[in-house]
This record gives sequence, structure tokens and C-alpha cells, in this order.
Amino acid sequence: MAKRSAPEVNAGSMADIAFLLLIFFLVTTTIETDSGISRKLPPEQEENQPPPPVIKERNLFTVIVNSNDELLVEDKVMELKDLRATAVAFLDNGAEDCSYCQGAKDPSSSVNPKKAIISLVNNRGTSYKRYIAVQNELVGAYNELRDRVATSQYGESFTSLEARYNDPRTPQEAKDKIKPKIEAIQELYPEKLSEAEPKKN
Amino acid sequence: MSKFNKKKSGELPAISTASLPDIVFMLLFFFMVATTMRDQTLLIKNNLPTANQVEKLDKKDLIMYIYAGAPLERYQGTYGTSAKIQLNDKLSDVGEIQDFIYQERASKREELVPFLTTALKVDGDSKMGLITDIKQELRKANALKINYVTKSGDAVEMN
Repeated sequence: MAKRSAPEVNAGSMADIAFLLLIFFLVTTTIETDSGISRKLPPEQEENQPPPPVIKERNLFTVIVNSNDELLVEDKVMELKDLRATAVAFLDNGAEDCSYCQGAKDPSSSVNPKKAIISLVNNRGTSYKRYIAVQNELVGAYNELRDRVATSQYGESFTSLEARYNDPRTPQEAKDKIKPKIEAIQELYPEKLSEAEPKKN
Repeated sequence: MSKFNKKKSGELPAISTASLPDIVFMLLFFFMVATTMRDQTLLIKNNLPTANQVEKLDKKDLIMYIYAGAPLERYQGTYGTSAKIQLNDKLSDVGEIQDFIYQERASKREELVPFLTTALKVDGDSKMGLITDIKQELRKANALKINYVTKSGDAVEMN
């Protein structure tokens, strides 16, 4: 018998198969990063701790959401879309010692942003969607003011400063430069958002 | 003469593509390894609410996920229709959150524990009562950094 050489397998289509698989995995790979509203919870209250300091009514901005998802802001019914502007007006009122405020200096509203506190009260029946929307608007109000003061002082908005600071690709020297700026702005408009224990019914 | 003819008839040799599959397979393996199909099977509805004042959650290894919402239709016979919490792969009670947090902490390196964040992935239609209970449990477990995971979009219009 004559020795026959085995015919060579055509490997040309192998690349096609591999490409097919490659494209499948490329498409199905989701390197998604979640994003959301970050909050810090207050530590658990210890018993017999001193009573909280008295806060003047004018420095308190109360937002109440009831179980029908309706808003009561400073004892007035309000639509969600007006919440941000009202919160900005309250925080930025700047009746005393506030050179960077541009508010109306209303003597019945907040003294300055460092003293102003937003208090959010939910009902147990409030929907989560509405709660997030209210949180979003209040955070938006703070961000709006911080952006304004950051743009006038550093020529860059606060949100972009913060995004650069949190980006892992930013080199450490740049981060060290951004950090005092962020802290300075947070000092000017501290985020004082307090959440009351929800009402039972 | 015959020598010349032979040379002329020879065409350009085809470029060998034999190594192409190797290259592609290399890429393929890279993506197969890099892909994490760790996604939990959700037993609950999880239609996240929308917000636009959001921060990104980097460093996935430092995040503990708590899911909540009404059970999916096919599980409603067993678990009922009221909103439930999902920890890992099973539906749980609010009381189990503390244990879950301690377990998660134990599985992480000690120096990373202070940076752990709890991400709450809660269905938009759940009631705040449940979320408040979750938050109280987290306070008891001293897991104070939380993040309400949302989709990006306008919060006012979606309501």
C-alpha cells in the first residue's frame, strides 16, 4: 500500500468561529457600574443622651411626604417640580453673615446656609419612588448652589470636581489639589439634611 | 527553459492564516475570564426609580447589595404579594439583615471594612415602611454608608 499523506484540515474557518464567540462575549459583557444617591445614616441613638440643641424655626425647612405621595413644604402643599427652587431659595437666603449668598435676605427665612437645615419626614405608606424623587430634588438644590459658588471661585463646577476626585484614573497629585477645594465648598454649603423617624400611620 | 517556465507559473503564496485563530482565541479567553456573570437571580420585581443627582459606585468588591420589592408573579403563591427583601439568593426577613452584614464583613479583609457601602436596590413601588425598617437594621449593625441605587433619568417627570 502506498503511504498516503493525511489531507490537511482547512483551518481557515476556525477564525470565523472564534470571532463569532468573541463577538458574543463582547456583546454580553456588561461592565456596568451602578450609580445612585449616597447617604450616611445617623448612628444609633444611645439612651440618656443630652437632648438635641434647639433649632430656630426660621432655620428649619420641613418637607413632609404623606402616604398619598403629596408634599407639604413649610406647611404649604407643593408640587414636586417646585421643590428644588424653594429649597434653593431657603438655603441661599443669607439674611446674616453670608457674602456669597444671592438670596432675598428674607428675615423670616434661614440665617445662612451653615445654619439652614432641611428636615424630611416620610410616612410609612410613602412610595419609594416619590421618596427618591424628593431626595433627588433636595440634593439637586445643594448641588446647584455648590456648583454656582465653585464655578465663581475655581471656574469648575462642584459636580465635575467631585467626579474627578472620585475617578480612580485621576492621579494622586491632582486629587490632593482637588480635595481642599471640595472641602471649602462643602464648608460654604454644608449638606444638612435630617430625616425624622417616620410616623406610624 | 523549463526552469524559467516553472518559476513563472508559481503564484504568490497565500498568507498563512493559521495563527489567526490563536490570536482570536486569546482575545476570546480574555473576555471570557473578564466577564462576570455573577448576577443574582432576582426573585422580586426590581424596577429602580430614576434620579439625576447621582454618584457612581466604583469598587464593586466594597459593596453589599440588598434587594427589595414585591415578589415576582411566579413566586407570589409561596411568598405573597407584599414587598420582601432579598439577601444573596433567597427572600429574607428584615431581622436577617444584621447577620447578613456581619457575614459580609467577615468575608472582607479587615482594613476594608470601614469602606463598605450598602447598596439598596429597591423597587420604585415599594413603600417607605420597608425601607425604614431596613435602615433601622443597618443602623443597628452600624453599616451607615448607604446608597440608593437608581436609574439615570429625570426624577420629576417620571413621577
